[in-house]
Amino acid sequence: MTELNIALIEYCLRIADNSLIHAQRIADWTGHGPILEEDIAMSNVSLDLLGQARGFYTYASQLEGNGKSEDFYAFHRGERDFRNRLMVEQPDLKDFGFTMMKLFLNGCFDYLFFRDLMKSRDETISGLAAKSIKEVTYHVRHAGDWVVRLGDGTEESHQRIQKSLNELWPFTNELFEQNEVDELLIQNGAAFNKKELKVEWDAMVNEIITKATLIIPSDKIYFHSGGINGVHSEHLGFLLAEMQYLPRMYPDAIW
Amino acid sequence: MNSNHQWPTWEVFTQKKQGAAHEHAGSVHAPDAEMALLNARDVYGRRQEGVNIWVVPTNAIIASTPEDVGAFFDPANDKMYRSPNFFKTADGLKTI
Amino acid sequence: MLVSLILAKLISHLGFMDVKVKTDDLSAKETAFNNSIKDGKVIEPKDWMPEKYRKQLLRMMSQHAHSEVVGMLPEGNWITRAPSLARKAILIAKVQDEAGHGLYIYSAAETLGMDRSEMVDQLLSGKAKYSSIFNYPTLTWADIGAIGWLVDGAAIVNQTVLAKCSYGPYSRAMLRICREENFHNKQGYQILAFLMRGTKEQKEMAQDAMNRWWWPSLMMFGPSDKDSPNSADLLKWKVKLYTNDDLRQRFIDRTVEQAEAIGLKVPDDKLKWNEESRHYDFGEINWEEFFQVINGNGPCNKLRLKQRNDAHSNGQWVREAAKAYSEKRKAN
Repeated sequence: MTELNIALIEYCLRIADNSLIHAQRIADWTGHGPILEEDIAMSNVSLDLLGQARGFYTYASQLEGNGKSEDFYAFHRGERDFRNRLMVEQPDLKDFGFTMMKLFLNGCFDYLFFRDLMKSRDETISGLAAKSIKEVTYHVRHAGDWVVRLGDGTEESHQRIQKSLNELWPFTNELFEQNEVDELLIQNGAAFNKKELKVEWDAMVNEIITKATLIIPSDKIYFHSGGINGVHSEHLGFLLAEMQYLPRMYPDAIW
Repeated sequence: MNSNHQWPTWEVFTQKKQGAAHEHAGSVHAPDAEMALLNARDVYGRRQEGVNIWVVPTNAIIASTPEDVGAFFDPANDKMYRSPNFFKTADGLKTI
Repeated sequence: MLVSLILAKLISHLGFMDVKVKTDDLSAKETAFNNSIKDGKVIEPKDWMPEKYRKQLLRMMSQHAHSEVVGMLPEGNWITRAPSLARKAILIAKVQDEAGHGLYIYSAAETLGMDRSEMVDQLLSGKAKYSSIFNYPTLTWADIGAIGWLVDGAAIVNQTVLAKCSYGPYSRAMLRICREENFHNKQGYQILAFLMRGTKEQKEMAQDAMNRWWWPSLMMFGPSDKDSPNSADLLKWKVKLYTNDDLRQRFIDRTVEQAEAIGLKVPDDKLKWNEESRHYDFGEINWEEFFQVINGNGPCNKLRLKQRNDAHSNGQWVREAAKAYSEKRKAN
């Protein structure tokens, strides 16, 4: 396999893992939302993310070409193999504001990221990005709307969503992290420099956070990272244990 | 338990395709128009059901009453000449 | 101007008459109402209706809506554990539909003059009933198949009939729901079909689910009509169109064949095709269990109610904030 293909597979798995783990967290709201309409909305978001994950896993499996399926990547890899960002694996603990803030911060990044990726020289990647960006556009609108409402709602909601922002902010640097995989793909026109998205992301986030009367934490805090190398928080292991148990328990079964 | 925790209702109208009339799809609960629109999209757009959505506060809809039926609609009964089928024309003509 | 004066006079005159003949008018109105239903008229929210019709409908519709919402819980359980990404997506979409169905039916019920708030309060306080089937636990992945196939299959039999009921908003909600429910039924059947084609453990899992869900599914149609207090009125008003026993029989007749097609055994020794009646004969339903579960003693009654209450109270600050925000905007 060429070096470029190895990099492409790794790149696809990062995107897919991130969407899958995020989808898994958000799916937890189905049946437990603050109001029926929101149960339905959260299920839609989860389905979008799941669809993104499946698209990128499928492409990875085609590139790898050894008969692995999307389910292999989702269910038969361990904690150290997953490449999702740490932010999405953080447990929501039934705090709707936390979920919305996470979806918003991630969504703003994904919006810019997929916008660039639509210009990828790899046609499958650009196609998947074009499909994903429509979904992400809606996520940002929906989550952004809630961030503003909760920020500028009641005294209680203001405090709670500010706390969520404070808790999630240390995970935001990871959005822009990249390594030699990115470098190789950037050289080949298959991917783009994520660091260049930071200015636009800041502006997008700032606009909503200001509207929500919230305050962005200082940049002098310590930022978490590790997802790119498969070094996660403890939460991922539990998430995978739950998600993977059936295919692990019955490895020969077809569902 | 606090009453009225479900927000007001809005009526949702969806347009199935460009050029078609909007049709009543159902209702949603929402505190204001923007959220009503988002909720309508999520609730009534799950199965590629449209290209455009209207939301209207339920209490903004004024409906005629069952008692109005006679006065509103029966007078049209004897005016069948409004229907193109009322007119018998020569057979074989394609344009009228 | 003249026309409106005449109209005003006419209306006040009619109003006067209305007061004068009020007492015998009620029974006359009710007779007219009953006749119009007999003639197949569909009742709309603003039409006159007997108070009892309104009450019975509200009871039925709110129970139905609660069942959809509580029904999300046993299946929602398995979303995070679905064994493939495709199954996970299907299950999320399916449980999401249940939320949608609850929403449609609550909306239809609201046209009878009760707010969703009030209905939700009745559910949360334990005052309102919901389908007792959802008080059974989902223990294995096969249960998700059994719910889609049997529970939704039974619901379809009920709902297809309800789509022709006499109350317009309810019947329209049912039409929409039936279209979506067929997807639920098929995905459930497919889950079991896959398991029955699979390993020994998978087959056992499927049969075990069949054994546990078959009888509660039959109970979903309610007690035999001779023991069902509201049946006569509901039938007269075309809120119900067939008896509980008729619908149960219809469900059994169509389901047994489906079970056999994938090699599942129906857990009823007395089940037998009756050539004369052209229906299946079947064994005795354990009504004692049914009434115990309905009255709160099923395996999951307390858990389901707790989960609904938790979701409601966890979401309170969110609902209040959204309201406060839009009120601030209106004020500015």
